[in-house]
Amino acid sequence: MRHDTMRRLIAAGVVGAAVGAAAPAEAQEAFVAVTAIVEHPVLDACRDGIRDELKAGGYEDGKNLKFVYESAQGQPGTAAQIARQFVGDNPTVIVPISTPSAQAVVAATSDIPVVFTAVTDPLGAKLVSNLEKPGGNVTGMSDLSPIAKHLELIQEITPGAKTIGVPYNPGEANAVALVDLLKSHAGAMGLTIVEAAAPKSSDVLAATQSLVGKVDVIYVPTDNTIVTALEAVIQVGIDNQLPVYAGDTDSVPRGAIAALGFNYYDVGRQTGKIVLRVLKGEKPGDIAVEGVEITELHVNPGAAAKMGVTIPEAVVKRAKMVVQ
Amino acid sequence: MNLASFLGAVEIGFVFGLVALGVFLSFRVLNFPDLTVDGSFPLGAAVAATLIVGGVDPYFATLAAILAGALAGLVTAFLNLRFGILHLLASILTMIALYSINLRIMGRPNVPVMNEATILSPFEGLGLAKVYLRPLLAGIVLLAAMALLARFLRSDYGLAMRATGSNARMARAQGVGTAQATYVGMALSNALVGLAGAMFTQTVGYADAGMGTGVIVVGLAAVILGEALFGSRNVVVWIIGCAAGSVLYRLAVGLALNADFLGLDSSDLNLVTAVLVAVALILPGARNPFRAMFAARR
Repeated sequence: MRHDTMRRLIAAGVVGAAVGAAAPAEAQEAFVAVTAIVEHPVLDACRDGIRDELKAGGYEDGKNLKFVYESAQGQPGTAAQIARQFVGDNPTVIVPISTPSAQAVVAATSDIPVVFTAVTDPLGAKLVSNLEKPGGNVTGMSDLSPIAKHLELIQEITPGAKTIGVPYNPGEANAVALVDLLKSHAGAMGLTIVEAAAPKSSDVLAATQSLVGKVDVIYVPTDNTIVTALEAVIQVGIDNQLPVYAGDTDSVPRGAIAALGFNYYDVGRQTGKIVLRVLKGEKPGDIAVEGVEITELHVNPGAAAKMGVTIPEAVVKRAKMVVQ
Repeated sequence: MNLASFLGAVEIGFVFGLVALGVFLSFRVLNFPDLTVDGSFPLGAAVAATLIVGGVDPYFATLAAILAGALAGLVTAFLNLRFGILHLLASILTMIALYSINLRIMGRPNVPVMNEATILSPFEGLGLAKVYLRPLLAGIVLLAAMALLARFLRSDYGLAMRATGSNARMARAQGVGTAQATYVGMALSNALVGLAGAMFTQTVGYADAGMGTGVIVVGLAAVILGEALFGSRNVVVWIIGCAAGSVLYRLAVGLALNADFLGLDSSDLNLVTAVLVAVALILPGARNPFRAMFAARR
């Protein structure tokens, strides 16, 4: 009998703890809740940029700012639960990073301000219906790459290149949007795009190898799956003398020969600026959805040499950063 | 954890409770380790979302998702029974094929349904806030599924299916069509999972090709958690355990999300969840109180 009571108490305790573990309600000036679908170098850099920009704007974590971050660790059920939890916590602003996290948050609230980021196609994802004047409680920024400029850069460094191989994950909304754009621009520029699908990062090596012999250069878009396994792409590039270009500058020190893009820390900083505007009282619905402001040219002549390419002097001179 | 996040956890728990029922049917009743679930969950989501965006009535779209799930289960059962492919491998084949099929159905990796009519729409004018409406509706659907499944498993045909799972040779000797029972069971199991996918997509506002990640693990954890807490000797209690296990699993995730005060990071979430579920399973006391409650009624 006594045992039974004990057992009931323990069981009740487990449930009770789950219900009762309330976050202490602190009287702080601002409460920013950030969530991402998964831990990823790019998404983490974005989060750090947001935090640093808020600090620069006078909101310091632990002083006059409560900064909460949760990752769904890749699980859609958890992403939905985090969205509901954040809505229940009623923060000043919710910042979802990546398309699925943004959709889960936007579907869960119609009054708490939402500033999404690292979403390539906010219109296609139905986060907003108008980029200039989003209306409602949602605004944010798109991380769409300047695709036409990327293709121009490829033509400038490797003028003979006519076919471009693009490894990408057909299951990633961002990547598919980029491949569609690549195709529409390539036609006008006399280029051909050859796709290689890699649904998982373990498929990237095989997908890239399938491009050998069919393409003149390889272009890695800002696709989380491919960027995670970038080293596999680089290795194929070196072995087969295929120059590898990237859509994000973080990939250049890892061995891509050149990228005209942005790093996600800067994307985070720019997102932070929008969050600051909302914290200061602006309505999200009145803030236009922004594209990335800072694009930089990064080149890696050493990597280029390994892939049998010399980067023209003019391009190196223009580069914001030259990886030695 | 405040009321809204508690209700959010319960709501997601109810939706994944349908997955738990499906997993219970394949793993426990039929003794068929079925990983199709990781594909049939996003399949249900993809079918429902695509049809809804195409202007189809959300209830009809949900029904189509259920049928699509059943079809996926039939394919796995067919590969196993007709060609003798090991059940685990047969289900993995269906699962990976479904990844591509789901992309085909949606035409792109992600279909938003945020601004569309959903199965929730007819009830939105009743003055109940969405925070309450969503878990309520998910709960009603789950309860209905539980009642139907319990009724089915206690019918003659259900008994034959249970016999197929526990001893197929014996069942055949008694004149049970074990192959047919397996087909029906696998179709039902994945139909439930397809329904879960359709419900999920309509409550979270989108369908995504990556939605299947880890669904089988969550479903299995719920079934086992339910067994540990409620026992498994009576099929009705077993079914209640599946649903309760799913909700408890979500509460454990909710607790893990709120574990910051213990100095834990967001990246520790899966670890904390696993530890909490393990504790619930291991705790000698966590096993008996509910069992004792139900044992008397059997």
